[in-house]
Order: sequence, then structure tokens, then C-alpha cells
Amino acid sequence: MARVVVDVMPKPEILDPQGKAVQGALPRLGFTGVSEVRQGKRFEIELEGEATDERLAQVREMAETLLSNPVIEDYAVRVVS
Amino acid sequence: MKVGVVTFPGSLDDVDARRAVALGGAEAVALWHGDHDLKGVDAVVLPGGFSYGDYLRCGAIARFAPVMTEVVAAARGGMPVLGVCNGFQILCESHLLPGALIRNDHRKFGCLDQRIAIENNATAWTSAYAAGQELTIVLKNGEGSYVADQHTLDQLEGEGRVVARYVGDNPNGSQRGIAGVTNEAGNVVGLMPHPEHAVEDLCGPGTDGLGFFTSVVAALQAA
Repeated sequence: MARVVVDVMPKPEILDPQGKAVQGALPRLGFTGVSEVRQGKRFEIELEGEATDERLAQVREMAETLLSNPVIEDYAVRVVS
Repeated sequence: MKVGVVTFPGSLDDVDARRAVALGGAEAVALWHGDHDLKGVDAVVLPGGFSYGDYLRCGAIARFAPVMTEVVAAARGGMPVLGVCNGFQILCESHLLPGALIRNDHRKFGCLDQRIAIENNATAWTSAYAAGQELTIVLKNGEGSYVADQHTLDQLEGEGRVVARYVGDNPNGSQRGIAGVTNEAGNVVGLMPHPEHAVEDLCGPGTDGLGFFTSVVAALQAA
């Protein structure tokens, strides 16, 4: 078994209204000094067997076709265990 | 003339869309997301709603529904396809149209009678309108902000592929006030506001939306 994490984030140039809403809420709770919040998604994927190069290529394909929309989001794949 | 309207789990406006198709002069055919079958229709409408609960991203799961395999192939072959609201989002996720729809910049769900201007009346869905004609139809979305990179936006403008633009205040933060776009061939149109809710005087803001549905009948008769 291998666990692979795919992080998906809105591209830097794309407005992130959810992140802005969170950022706006922080000072109301007394958390100051936060200049920006961006909100993304984290996918934890359990693979059967080892995280071979071939399997990781499949995960990148998953990330490109379904987990992220490359028009508005970037993704990063990493093996965590 | 048969115009299919796809129902996905979570579609809301499929019944209104079928009614609008019939008022436009075509036979409305109900299509099911789980079928690899377009039932011999001549055109397809992807209606508004929250397909698959908007999980992951709006339209991201619907794009891979069995019926969409057939819709994408037919659209690439020239069949007229109109996506409204969630249908627009599905067309962008399917890469039939460029760009994407993200959350409204003001973060609220908007629901209002919206003025738009038809800029391209050469598509399969807009020939009943004059270029520059202003319409009032319903706009209701939470994630209707149209975004694309600057190169794509310039290309859309340069090729006349902005089908409709918001008139007055930008209601959702869409780049360059874009309310709808078309593909290079002009057979696929995505539109954020809802023409199918403006086809009868009894309800809605008038009948300005009916032209989308009469246009496709004219396009099919001319084909």
C-alpha cells in the first residue's frame, strides 16, 4: 500500500473568493497579521501495491483529467508513505 | 426537429428547458445522464442545476457521465449544443468551450433579472436576435464568474466568439463582462443566464429568451 497526496490550488492569477472570505474572517476572531489566504483541495489516494513510476504517472493523469481543472488550478503530487 | 435535454442527478431546469424547446417549435426529448444514447436528436441542451451536487467542481463529474461521451462527439461533429448555467460549466469542463466558471467575486448567490447584449448572432442558438440586441433574462448562480487567460480572452474577442455580455453592473465578476461564449464553429454555446426562464409572459421577465430556441430550429431547418 502506498499513500499519495495530490494538492490542488487555484492558480495565483485566479481570484479565490473562498480564501478571501476566510482571510476576512480571521481579524474578526482576533488573528491579525495575515496578508493572504488561498484555499485549495487535498486528495489522499491509497494505491494498491508500490508507488511505482507507472502508478504515479497514472495519479498525475487523474490529477490532470479529474482532480484539477488545469484552466484555473495547479496540482502537486507527492508520496507520503 | 428533435432537441434533447439532458437530466443529470441534480439538474433543476431540465423541465423548463424542455418546455422552452417545445415553445420554440421543436420536439423536446428527455435524455438521461446514464445512457450512451442521444435518441436520434438533432440538438442538445445541457440545463442548469447542480449536477452531482457540484462535488469537486461544478460540472466536473457530469463531464464524465455516459451521455456526455455522445454529446462531446456529436458537438465535435457539428451538432448544436447549448449549455445554460451548470450546462455552461459542463461544456467548459468538457473542453468544448474555453475558460472556466468560478465562484462569484462577491461570494453571494445572485438571482435577478439581468440585461445582456447579444454580440454574436451568427451561432446556431442566436440567429433570431439582431447583433447588439439587448435582452432581459434570469440570472441565478453562485459560480458564474467567467475566467480565462488573457490570450484566450483576446482570441475570443478577436474571433467574435463572445456571444453575450452583461449590460450594466457586472453581476458576478466575469472577466470582460462575458455572459456567454461559443466554439470556433458556432454550434456550441455556453451561457450563464437562463433563456429558458424567459419564454412566456405568464412567468419570468418576459419572452426575450425564446429566440435561443427558435434560432436552433431555424439552424436545423437550414442544415
